[in-house]
Amino acid sequence: MLLLLLSIIVLHVAVLVLLFVSTIVSEWIVGNGHATDLWQNCSTSSSGSIRHCFSSSTNEWLQSVQATMILSVIFSVMSLFLFFCQLFTLTKGGRFYLTGIFQILAGLCVMSAASIYTVRHSEWHLNSDYSYGFAYILAWVAFPLALLSGVIYVILRKRE
Amino acid sequence: MAPGAPSSSPSPVLAVLLFSLVLAPAQAIVVYTDREVHGAVGSRVTLHCSFWSSEWVSDDISFTWRYQPEGGRDAISIFHYAKGQPYIDEVGTFKERIQWVGDPRWKDGSIVIHNLDYSDNGTFTCDVKNPPDIVGKTSQVTLYVFEKVPTRYGVVLGAVIGAVLGGVLLLLLLFYLVRYCWLRRQAALQRRLSAMEKGKLHKIGKDSSKRGRQARHFLPYLHPLAFWEPRA
Repeated sequence: MLLLLLSIIVLHVAVLVLLFVSTIVSEWIVGNGHATDLWQNCSTSSSGSIRHCFSSSTNEWLQSVQATMILSVIFSVMSLFLFFCQLFTLTKGGRFYLTGIFQILAGLCVMSAASIYTVRHSEWHLNSDYSYGFAYILAWVAFPLALLSGVIYVILRKRE
Repeated sequence: MAPGAPSSSPSPVLAVLLFSLVLAPAQAIVVYTDREVHGAVGSRVTLHCSFWSSEWVSDDISFTWRYQPEGGRDAISIFHYAKGQPYIDEVGTFKERIQWVGDPRWKDGSIVIHNLDYSDNGTFTCDVKNPPDIVGKTSQVTLYVFEKVPTRYGVVLGAVIGAVLGGVLLLLLLFYLVRYCWLRRQAALQRRLSAMEKGKLHKIGKDSSKRGRQARHFLPYLHPLAFWEPRA
């Protein structure tokens, strides 16, 4: 029982960490010497010594990606908080509906953010040779994990 | 100042107080405007100007708007309001384009510039004098004229976050409200039914005890209602 609880909490915290890292780190699209993310574009000179960072464009689609990533982090944190609340206030046999709903919402937000970014990223970064950085991949990994975590909460019944 | 203070200390405190009152900065007028204003070519833009004055608004109050072109060094006066009468530029670049929309009683000295053009880029200064309160700082607003006014950064961001959070909270509230009303109705129904059953049992118990045992079979029908136990 305690093992189950611990593993669920570990999964939730892992999702939270993935969401935080993916939102903050500057590696959504990388190319030779430059890296862009939701908040700034950084480019390193060829010798590797000078690094310039500029703010990202004010494109509406980029803003909506930023907004949904922030929303996913907010929902995941609220879900963790609600989980601890419900752990102590739920009646025996009850299900963690609220926690699960918020975690599923967080997963949906991450999915929509990553999808919008994939479709529209050419509007604000114009380099032709690029590849997706690890923060982008983390966002996609966080989506099924968040969904899984939310579904587990909805199915789980409180014992003891 | 302090009522319980010993008699020796009040005099330096009082001296400092009087000193600060006498040497307090003579009333100064403070003017407020926006910092920058964006406008589209051909449209109109409002330049707001407001002020704070320690004196009452007098009849001699005067507003002056000056304009300094972008990259230029001189500021020309384009609007003046004095003694209740606005004087609008009739010979310069803003000929017939300025409209006075301010009201001294509301401490508002705003003007509207119609039919913007790229040559209107520059800095506008609002100067307010409210005799006897005439010392003070002016305030400047920079006008930027665009072909199309760009939306400020963060509008879409804030709108998406606010809309989704607000929608989720609203839905949760609605759900809990409906569930609360439903539960209250169920509880009232259950109470009424159990009261009816008690009444029936009393009546049957008066007749005979055998028939009373039959009436107790009514009770199981209440149980489906007990299915709705509260879940948090």
